[in-house]
Amino acid sequence: MSEPVLQLVGLDAHYGDFQALYGVDMEVNAGEVIAIIGANGAGKTTLMRSISGLLHNAGDQVRFKGQPIGALRADQVAYAGVALVPEGRQLFASLSVEENLRLGSTVGRAGPWSLEAVYDLFPILQERRNQPSTSLSGGQQQMVAIGRALMSNPEVILFDEISLGLAPVIIKSIYEALPGIIGGGMTAMIVEQDITKALSVSSRVYCLQEGRVSLSGRVGDITRDQITAAYFGVAA
Amino acid sequence: MIEWVNAVVQGILLGGLYALFAAGLSLIFGVMRLVNIAHGDLIILAAYLGLSTTVMLGVHPFAALLVVMPAMAGIGYVLQRGLLNQTLGPDILPPLLVTFGLSVILQNALLEGYTADPQKLSAGSIETASLSVGGLSLGVLPLLTFGLAVAVIAGLQWIFYATALGRQFRAVSDNQDIAQLMGLNKAHVFGLAMALALAVTAIAGVMLGVRTSFDPSIGGGRLIFGFEAVIIGGLGNIWGTLAGGVILGVAQTIGAKIDPGWQVLAGHVAFLVVLAVRPNGLFPRVEH
Repeated sequence: MSEPVLQLVGLDAHYGDFQALYGVDMEVNAGEVIAIIGANGAGKTTLMRSISGLLHNAGDQVRFKGQPIGALRADQVAYAGVALVPEGRQLFASLSVEENLRLGSTVGRAGPWSLEAVYDLFPILQERRNQPSTSLSGGQQQMVAIGRALMSNPEVILFDEISLGLAPVIIKSIYEALPGIIGGGMTAMIVEQDITKALSVSSRVYCLQEGRVSLSGRVGDITRDQITAAYFGVAA
Repeated sequence: MIEWVNAVVQGILLGGLYALFAAGLSLIFGVMRLVNIAHGDLIILAAYLGLSTTVMLGVHPFAALLVVMPAMAGIGYVLQRGLLNQTLGPDILPPLLVTFGLSVILQNALLEGYTADPQKLSAGSIETASLSVGGLSLGVLPLLTFGLAVAVIAGLQWIFYATALGRQFRAVSDNQDIAQLMGLNKAHVFGLAMALALAVTAIAGVMLGVRTSFDPSIGGGRLIFGFEAVIIGGLGNIWGTLAGGVILGVAQTIGAKIDPGWQVLAGHVAFLVVLAVRPNGLFPRVEH
């Protein structure tokens, strides 16, 4: 097996005096889709912030294609080829839909994603392209956030709580669009509270509990009881 | 009657100079929420750089802008990345203290380098040239200054809303973390914003130096005029800054018309009235 595209080696993450992650080990191979599940406060968002460079760590605790990226700034990580769809969309309020998308292409990596490709994936965005991004519905904003991340043509894309606060019908349509995104060989990590949704598109899963990996394995090999135990920390 | 019309028209033209003072302040505050107490002294620094350039190269002050603008932009970039970026954070006090200190240092350095003697940039016959329009005598220099102010503000507006750089300015202003995720190094973007602001300041300084005499101590007064124009116009609205400058200028010339001693006071009173009636300024930025 070739080298993992993304590798976490004993990742510790801190917010000031508070330690949020304890020695997390993970490996993500090229083309894989990994689900990260866990209760509120388990460290999922911290994990996303650490990988994307918003939170700085010891350099070699996060490795991307063998290179240490743990200590890099978020913009340097973006240039390396990692994109994050942040929790809560976080669009740029003073930019239009299309300006948000264009900003995503700042790093200028080559690849299949362009404004046209994003509009093909989410046609409603083309209709709304000149509107202020925050005038869109929550689901449409999530499409902009996903499109904005794709515009950098990342090798690894991280989704943080993509269904949070969205109506079930919207969540369904976004998950229907996911194969069109990650089917092209892109590597993805999906953080999700909706375990069923996350497992439906993933090949492997890691469960976090209080900052530690409490369970990992192939989706088909893991039972519901194991997940429940790993999620809540009760003995199975 | 014509005297009052004249006072208003002269005030509008004076407002162009104040808008030039204010444009850089407005831009810096808009992009990085930095209140730059040293802005007035940077205007005076630009005037002195204009003086040195005209003396050393023997060129017209307007030609000196070709040197002073890039020089101020370079100073801005280095200042931002070397010093001011380190002060930015959730606490608004450090940038205030550091730029206040910078203001003191600039004043004293200028005093050391150029002495306290008043200086002036000599622009030749254009300083006294005037046009006669409907019984009013309009100075060519104030007209030129006002035209420059409109051009500068239109230019800034274009940069902000029609270029990739402006998109980056607005994105970083909206959300620094997410902008960083998009591959923008905010330290660099802030450096570019300060460079642009001080390039505008270079124009303000040279136009000030051509219009009136200056010495190292007058930066503070220019800072106040700039602030007042920004606040009257409404934070974050760059055309509002021009309107703010005009209102301040008109208040001053009308005050001076009533009594010459009231010029500056009338401007401050107009500012206080706007602040009391419309604390967000007359044309605050519309949030989407």
